[in-house]
Amino acid sequence: MATANREQIIELDVRTDELLVNMGPQHPSTHGVLRLVLKTDGEIVTHVEPHIGYLHRCAEKIGENLTPRQWIPYTDRMDYLAAMNMNLGWSLCVEKLLGYELPEKARHIRVIIAELGRIASHLVGMGTYGLDLGTFSPFLYAFREREKILDLFEEVCGARLTNSYITPGGVTGDLPAGWLEKCEAFLDQFVPVITEYHTLLTTNAIFIQRTAGIGVISREMAIDYGCTGPVLRGSGVDHDLRRDGEERYTEMYDGYAFEVIVEKDGHYPRDHDYPPVPPEAVLGDCWHRFYVRMLEVMQAIDIVREGIEFYRASSGDWGHPIKLNTKLPKGEVYLETECPRGQMGFYLVSDGSAIPWRVRARSSCFCNLSVTEELCRGCLLADVAAIVGSLDIVMGEIDR
Amino acid sequence: MAEFFAQYMPAWGAYLLTALISVALLLAVVGLGALFFIWAERKVAGRIQDRLGPTRTGGKFGWLQSLADGIKLITKEDLAPADADRLLFRLAPYVSLAPSYAALLALPFADGWVGWEINTSVFFLLAILGLEVFGVILAGYASGSKWSLFGGMRQAAQVVSYEVPLGMCGVIPVFLCGTMSLTTIGNMQAGWATNWLIFHDPFTFMVFWVYFTCAVASVNRAPFDLAEAESELVAGFHTEYSGLRWSFFFMAEYNSMFVVSGLAAVLFFGGWNGPVPIFASWKAAGGGWEIVADLAGCLNFIGKAVLGVMVMIWVRWTLPRLRIDQVITTCLKYCVPLAAFCFVGALAWQLASLPSPNDWLSPDPAGRAAVREPWVERAEDGAERSGTSGAEELARLAEDKR
Repeated sequence: MATANREQIIELDVRTDELLVNMGPQHPSTHGVLRLVLKTDGEIVTHVEPHIGYLHRCAEKIGENLTPRQWIPYTDRMDYLAAMNMNLGWSLCVEKLLGYELPEKARHIRVIIAELGRIASHLVGMGTYGLDLGTFSPFLYAFREREKILDLFEEVCGARLTNSYITPGGVTGDLPAGWLEKCEAFLDQFVPVITEYHTLLTTNAIFIQRTAGIGVISREMAIDYGCTGPVLRGSGVDHDLRRDGEERYTEMYDGYAFEVIVEKDGHYPRDHDYPPVPPEAVLGDCWHRFYVRMLEVMQAIDIVREGIEFYRASSGDWGHPIKLNTKLPKGEVYLETECPRGQMGFYLVSDGSAIPWRVRARSSCFCNLSVTEELCRGCLLADVAAIVGSLDIVMGEIDR
Repeated sequence: MAEFFAQYMPAWGAYLLTALISVALLLAVVGLGALFFIWAERKVAGRIQDRLGPTRTGGKFGWLQSLADGIKLITKEDLAPADADRLLFRLAPYVSLAPSYAALLALPFADGWVGWEINTSVFFLLAILGLEVFGVILAGYASGSKWSLFGGMRQAAQVVSYEVPLGMCGVIPVFLCGTMSLTTIGNMQAGWATNWLIFHDPFTFMVFWVYFTCAVASVNRAPFDLAEAESELVAGFHTEYSGLRWSFFFMAEYNSMFVVSGLAAVLFFGGWNGPVPIFASWKAAGGGWEIVADLAGCLNFIGKAVLGVMVMIWVRWTLPRLRIDQVITTCLKYCVPLAAFCFVGALAWQLASLPSPNDWLSPDPAGRAAVREPWVERAEDGAERSGTSGAEELARLAEDKR
């Protein structure tokens, strides 16, 4: 009972009839089609049971009937808020099987695009978290900036949401002329906007009241449940696949200087420009998870800036996308990448034909969501929205 | 007005006609007010959120948007869920709208421009605004939906708690002025802005903010809009409503916003008296000039009330929502003690005859006396209008005792 305080325990003594309430699959704060069955005693939630599967589209089975490049659009639709990062995970997995060496230029394009995707995804996470707590405006401020990133994506590949840009063997095309300047202009105007978000949400007294000390995931609990991404780092575990991942993934970030966003001695790296952690906040609560996302946005901005410099300095090709019917070598590979929501793993078994024999996707949100049941026990009804929102789940990725 | 009509028809007819005109005017305030405020809310929210809001309907600025919405709502099917308690379900919107409308009866729009002149109008307003919650509880209970039930119960807990500090805040001006009649309280604040009760002493200044917080909570607006908390309860008590019944809840909400802001304007901001006494001499001239002065006062009052509503809209689109336990904590831990403290403080200030800003801030060269004179005069006028004055009453009581 992480969130229970004394008043609530007193109230639990006076038991009334329990009410079984169905939250979702159509509900404003279940982020898609999650269904939570709540057992409530007045305003207090005594039991939560998440039901998933409403968005199941047999993505893995489809992957076993298509060639790897044909399956790229299906990875878009898993985590539809970070499609670029999903493309990247699958492409790296296929390249690992093929033993493909990526040209320098393609590597930097991928870093720029993946980090922009991270910013876009965290902006949605931040905005919808505001919605969950009942404030509407930050949502639109977040979407305003996200639109600009989507404009950049559109210019690169023609699609805004389901990009299919990063592909096994590189990317589908070089960055268009003048794109880098536009990207830099966007970053320049975006940095001051983040301060606005901090004023409206991070430091807002009501926001702190609603999130600090709510839904505390301890370090051990986060590891036990297999939480990843900002949820794990929000609990103070120093783990980021961009630094600790597999060679094939980390070499993409070779030469980039970045620190893993995790709390050390009450401080976050790069939080000097930002408000300090409020005294009410406990490590691993909703506020910390939110703050980690906000800082990761800042970090991603710096990585993109670095990437732009590297791209300008690099010469050569932007990659050779593999042919649609490229024969895959026999074998199996597994590769995890750091997606905005956590570690997204792809598993591929090949029997030597062009079509994989088995495809499997390891979802980060699935593990993150599994904490809900333990977190929400004994919390108030309104906290359910706050906790589920802070996990920042995307049902498309959970159900696949 | 009744006296005017009585020249041409029997007395009962004159009174009936007067009553009908008042009712029609007040109904227009409810209807047009809701239309305007809903449009304003969408427009302001749009601007706050970097959007345009409605732009097309009615040509410029989308000013006909709420009317178009109203027509849409009227033509919509009036659904009631199978599990609903039919009678109560249908009754609830009216129960919600009626008190909100009735509150306008006692709210003076200018000196003497009031639907029903009673000498206990502050009490009447606070009491009748508290009735509105019944509609919400009924709606929550009768809908046969668990989310609605949650909304209804939350509203019950919240409004019942906030009635206490709201009443305490409202009673401070009553004690300072020695009357419960809003007309008299408004007239006592005539003159320069320094005469307004909010500037009477530091405690009234403080208590206004407590009043406003409690008012926002009692009309169920963000950040206290728990009964219809979208992210938790879908739409709370009005989840199952559609069409005109649904819009009745909104008319009630916007009208209540106007009423509590209007009450704040009269109790703390001089009601229909502007910051500078421009119309005072016109008022004294009588006849047509007096009507012009009253009309200006009416606009003044509406302007202040609308400003209050705008602040509520602004707050709604800025702040996140509180949790139910935090809402109750805010009330019991902060609002009630603060209101009580201000109550004692304001009375002590008055009792000790400590200076009011009017003493040294008044732009009138003659200073306090010149401004005070009509102040006292009008108070007596008002007392006369509403029967006997407090002092006379006391004297009579003492006589009886003897």
